[in-house]
Amino acid sequence: MQNERRVVSVILQNEASALSRITDLFSARGYNIESLTVAPIPESKYSRLTIATSGSVRVIEQIIKQLHKLIPVLRVYEHADLVEKEMALVKFPIAENLSEIETLCNAYNGKIVNVGNDMIIAMVADEPKRVLHYLEAIKRFHPKEIVRSGTVALER
Amino acid sequence: MKISGARMVIEALKLEGVDTVFGYPGGAIMNVYDEIYKQDSFQHILTRHEQAAVHAAEGYAKVTGRVGVAMVTSGPGFTNAVTGIADAYMDSIPLVVISGQVPMSLIGTDAFQEIDSVGISRSCTKHNYLVTDAAELPRILKEAFYLAATGRPGPVHVDIPKDVTAQIAKFDYSKPVELETYKPTIKGNARQIKKAVAAIAAAKRPLLYLGGGIISSDAAYEVREFAKLTGIPAVETFMARGVMGADNPLLISMLGMHGSYAANMAMSETDLIIGLGARFDDRVTGKLSEFAKNADVIHVDIDPASISKLVNADYPIVGDVKNVVEEMTALVRGKIDPERFAPWLETVEHFNKLHPLSYAEEPGVIKPQWVIERVGELLGDGANITTDVGQHQMWTAQFYPFSRPRQFVSSGGLGTMGFGFPAAMGVKSGDKERVSINITGDGSILMNIQELMTSVEYKLPVVNIILNNQFLGMVRQWQTLFYDKRYAETDLSMQPNWVKLVESFGGAGYDVETKEQFDAALKDAVEKNVVALINVKVSRFENVLPMVPSGGSLFNMMLEYKDK
Repeated sequence: MQNERRVVSVILQNEASALSRITDLFSARGYNIESLTVAPIPESKYSRLTIATSGSVRVIEQIIKQLHKLIPVLRVYEHADLVEKEMALVKFPIAENLSEIETLCNAYNGKIVNVGNDMIIAMVADEPKRVLHYLEAIKRFHPKEIVRSGTVALER
Repeated sequence: MKISGARMVIEALKLEGVDTVFGYPGGAIMNVYDEIYKQDSFQHILTRHEQAAVHAAEGYAKVTGRVGVAMVTSGPGFTNAVTGIADAYMDSIPLVVISGQVPMSLIGTDAFQEIDSVGISRSCTKHNYLVTDAAELPRILKEAFYLAATGRPGPVHVDIPKDVTAQIAKFDYSKPVELETYKPTIKGNARQIKKAVAAIAAAKRPLLYLGGGIISSDAAYEVREFAKLTGIPAVETFMARGVMGADNPLLISMLGMHGSYAANMAMSETDLIIGLGARFDDRVTGKLSEFAKNADVIHVDIDPASISKLVNADYPIVGDVKNVVEEMTALVRGKIDPERFAPWLETVEHFNKLHPLSYAEEPGVIKPQWVIERVGELLGDGANITTDVGQHQMWTAQFYPFSRPRQFVSSGGLGTMGFGFPAAMGVKSGDKERVSINITGDGSILMNIQELMTSVEYKLPVVNIILNNQFLGMVRQWQTLFYDKRYAETDLSMQPNWVKLVESFGGAGYDVETKEQFDAALKDAVEKNVVALINVKVSRFENVLPMVPSGGSLFNMMLEYKDK
C-alpha cells in the first residue's frame, strides 16, 4: 500500500506524562514521526499537538484510533484540507551577502531577526515544503546553524 | 475527613467493595501495609513473588468479573509485577495495581529501589498514574477502578511515593468520576446494526466468530440465545471457550492455529463473519491475505481500534457486545428462519466428520489429551480450569468440555508460562465452591512453584495436574516439525522429586503412570482439599494437532504427523 504523509492534531490534557504517552505509542507500534510540536492552548487545561507522520491508509487510521484510545486525549483531527506552517532559524556569518539573504528571506515570509558581531540570524515561516526550498537556496551563504520548529497546522 | 495517603488507599478499597488483595510488602509501600495491618475490610494474601500476586489478581478478576487488586513495593517489587500487568493488558483483564515509590524528594536520584515505574508500565497498562499529592489520591483511585472496569477492560497502575502515603489530606470519595476525555461507546449505532442484521438475513453461510470480549461483557447467554434463534453456527477463539457450552449443537469448536479442522474450514468457507468481541489475532487468522476470502465482515467491539485493524470490517459496530447482541436479537426475532441455514450446517457437520478432534490411544502410556478429557468427565462443570502455556494449554482448550463462561482462565495474548498456578489461587479465592484445577506442564509449573507456600498458608487448594513429557513440549514440537529435530534446550529430563517437593510445603503429591492411578490421585487430591501436584507421566512426543504452521493459511492444516 502507498505511504502518504499526513498531519494529525491531538488535543490532550496538560499533564506531566501526556507527551510521553504519545511518543511511546508511536515507537511501540512502529509508526513514523516526521515532526512533532506541542504547546498549551491558552486558558484551558489542554495542549495541542501537531504530528506529521506517514503510512498507508490503514496505518493512518490505526494511528488515529490508537491516539484516541489514550485516556488523556480529548480529540484527534486528521487534516485533509489545512493551512500548514513551519518556522526555521538560520545563523549566517556576517561577512556573507546580507542583502541577498534578506531578499531570499522576504520571499519566504521571513527577515533578519538578530545581528551580532560576527553572525546574523534570519527566520522564515512558510509551508514545510517551501522551508525546505529555502534551506536549499541558502546553502551558498554558508549557514552555520539551522533550527526548524516542526510543523503546525489548522483546518481551513 | 483528613487522613493519611496510606489510610486513603484502605478506605478507597473498602468503598470499592474489594474483599481480597494480593501483594508483597517492601520499603516504599510500608505505610500502606501498616494500615492493612489495622483494618479488617479485606483479606490480604501474601504471595511469594510479586508476579504471582498479579496473576492471582487476574485469576480472581476473570472468575468473578470484578476488578482484581495487587499491591507491590517500588523497584524490583514493581518490575517483578510487570509480567502480570502485561499479561492482563493483552487479555483485557480489569486490575488495579498499586505500587510504592521512593519519596518525591528522591525521585530522579537513582535512589535505593527506585525505578521509573510509570515509564515502564505506560506501554502495558490501560492507564497509569504517579500520585504527587495525597489530596489527589481519592480521585485517582476512583478513576483507576472506573477505567479498569469500563470500556475495554484492562490493568490500571497507581504509583504512590512513600511521602505521599504519609501526607495528611482530605478524603472525599463521593465525587462521581468525571473524565471529559474518556467516554466509551456502549450502545451500537442503530443504523449499522440494522444493516448488519439485513446482511445476516441475506447470507447463505454466516458464522459467529466469538471472542473473549463476550466474557468480559457478560454476554455469553445472550450470544447463545442469538445463535439459537437464527440457527447460525459458531466458532470460539481460545479466549472465548465456554461461551457457547461444549454440548451446544451450534458450537463447531475452537478455531485458529490449533483449532479444529471444521472450525477452520467453516471460517474459510463462510460468506459472512459475525465477529463479536474478537480481534482477529494472528493465531486465529493465519495468513491474512488468505483469511476468509469470500466473507463480508460484521465486527462488533467496544474498542474502535480493534475494528479494521487487521481485517477490514464491512459492518463496523462500536459498542458493548451485550448491548449490541440484545439489539440484534430483537431485530431477528421471528424474522430469520433457523432452517434457512440447514444446508450450511450440513456442510459444517461434514467437515466435523471428516477430521474430528481426536488422538490415538497407545497401550501402556497415558496420552495427555486423555487426562484432560478425564478431568472433564470427573469434574466437568464443578471445576474451574486454569492452564499454563504450551502444549497442555492447547490440549485443554481443545478437549475440556467447558460448559460456562469464566470457567476457563488462561494466558492468551501474552502467553505467560507460570501464569496457571497463581491464577488458580486467585480463581479459588474468587469461587470457593468449585474445585480449582491448574493443568500445567513440567516446564511451566516451575516458573511459580514458590506459590505452594501461599496456597498452603491461605488454604487455597489448587490441584496442579502436570502433564509431564519431560520436554518444553510446544517448543519441542516446533523443533520436530521445523528445525529438523534439533532439540535445543528443550529436554527437561532433569526433574525434581515432585512428591517430596509438594510435601515439603505441606501439600499432597502423586506420581501417576496409569489411568487408574490418575483417577485415584485426582479423587484423593480433591477430597484432601489441600494444594496438590499430580505428576502424570505422559507420552513424550505427542504433538498438538491440527496445526496451522505460523504464517500459513487457515485452511492448510497439518492434520497428522508421521515420524519418518
